[in-house]
Amino acid sequence: MSLVEIRDLTVQLGGRTILSGITISVEKGEIVTIVGPNGSGKSTLLKTIIGAHRPTAGRIARKKGLRLGYVPQKLHLDPTFPVTVRRLLDLPRRVPDTEARSALARAGAEALAPRQLAELSGGQMQRVLLARALLSDPELLILDEPTQGLDQPGSAAFYELIAMLRRNLGCAVLMVSHELHVVMAASDRVICLNGHVCCEGAPAHVASAPEYRALFGSGTHGALALYRHDHDHAHDHDHDHDHANHHDEPAQ
Amino acid sequence: MSLFDSFLTRAAFAGLGVALAAGPLGCFVVWRRMAYFGDATAHAAILGVALALALQIPVFAGALILALVMGVAVVGLAGRGHAADTLLGVLAHSALALGLVAVAFLPGVRIDLMAYLFGDILAVGRFDLAVIWGGAALVLALLAWRWQALLTATLDRDLAAAAGIDARREELVLTVALALVVAVAIKVVGVLLIAALLIIPAAAARPFATTPERMAALAAALGGVSALGGLALAFHFDTPTGPTIVTLAAALFGAANAAGRLTFGSR
Repeated sequence: MSLVEIRDLTVQLGGRTILSGITISVEKGEIVTIVGPNGSGKSTLLKTIIGAHRPTAGRIARKKGLRLGYVPQKLHLDPTFPVTVRRLLDLPRRVPDTEARSALARAGAEALAPRQLAELSGGQMQRVLLARALLSDPELLILDEPTQGLDQPGSAAFYELIAMLRRNLGCAVLMVSHELHVVMAASDRVICLNGHVCCEGAPAHVASAPEYRALFGSGTHGALALYRHDHDHAHDHDHDHDHANHHDEPAQ
Repeated sequence: MSLFDSFLTRAAFAGLGVALAAGPLGCFVVWRRMAYFGDATAHAAILGVALALALQIPVFAGALILALVMGVAVVGLAGRGHAADTLLGVLAHSALALGLVAVAFLPGVRIDLMAYLFGDILAVGRFDLAVIWGGAALVLALLAWRWQALLTATLDRDLAAAAGIDARREELVLTVALALVVAVAIKVVGVLLIAALLIIPAAAARPFATTPERMAALAAALGGVSALGGLALAFHFDTPTGPTIVTLAAALFGAANAAGRLTFGSR
């Protein structure tokens, strides 16, 4: 059965309808990316799935005992809150050092354990939050714009890490992203959201759908075409290179 | 002749009891930016005192109930379109003013309002002491019991939700703890300075803390030092006790921040 199955979901916040008639599901082991313009309800959808918002109508069925890992868009960390990376991993469930170490290693953050959270860079913070999400040995990893604030090589490396984790752990990934070109290459399925589901399917299908083009313009189709022929190449080098140019040009 | 026969000993234990509970709880007040919330709860307590005197129930009970009502009202109203600080300002000062007016209406009751506004730690009796330590123990037990969930909810509401923790329920736990501390601290520092005992030791502990546990323990210790030292200073210089305790805490805050800057550099 699906890990998460959403039927006719409507969410209203403060009297405003953010989402309506959403019906989607996430299957075992797939990478699903939600795209959509600002205010289209992407974050709200994720937050409803993790239980932070209550559905106004419709239902969300999770697989029984689903192990879920959540990586928030940003921690609203008050500077008065002292916490090391290691201590963060102990919230809310205390974990043995070996578990903490291996989670940090998988997220590429092994050296960060003794550091104060407030001192981390954006990229380090994302890796630490990812490590924390991995502690529950998740079947479903949910990420809300995980690469916001990262530069292009940083975000490419992060998506590569996600893809690797999926391969190694077999977990499904549900994420929100605004980096259309990267998304198209890294996802099995794309859901285009704008208060409702505009269209969904394989990246190639979504990119050519008229609803998607109406939202993002037809230029992004070019980005996809560029990516389709080389999306299985390795991204695991960290240095800056001229990918960024390729990414941006066709989008215009 | 027992230990608690001396009014000074009772005062010392009363101050210590409040400080030990207020320190760790105050950390949450600081982390969650609830300083004004603490004020509102404390100010509502003066209305509770007035009602308790009118209805002839224990002052502690009246203060506790009103502080609870205020806390729950604020949590309930928050996020419904009112600006939080405006709402708190309205509620806090209305409650304080209403309390003072209500006291004036009490027929034939001549109460020393100053004792409730600024506390009268030297007048603490054995029963008061039992109430203070009972309340403090309850607050610490509550915090210890919910510690991990409280920290998670403080860190990030969504992170908490994903782990099955209801952030609103944890907020309610803090509200109850806050009401308890306010109710037991009235005798010691009074409603006007309770918030100081919550915030100042916690803020003073911050520069030396690397984990939440350390900050909580250090805040309790600094609070204790302020209470005992303040009492001694007040006795020596013949100054009002509650304000002297708060003044010493403020001095410790200043010293801690200066020392923290020297030790860790200006961050």
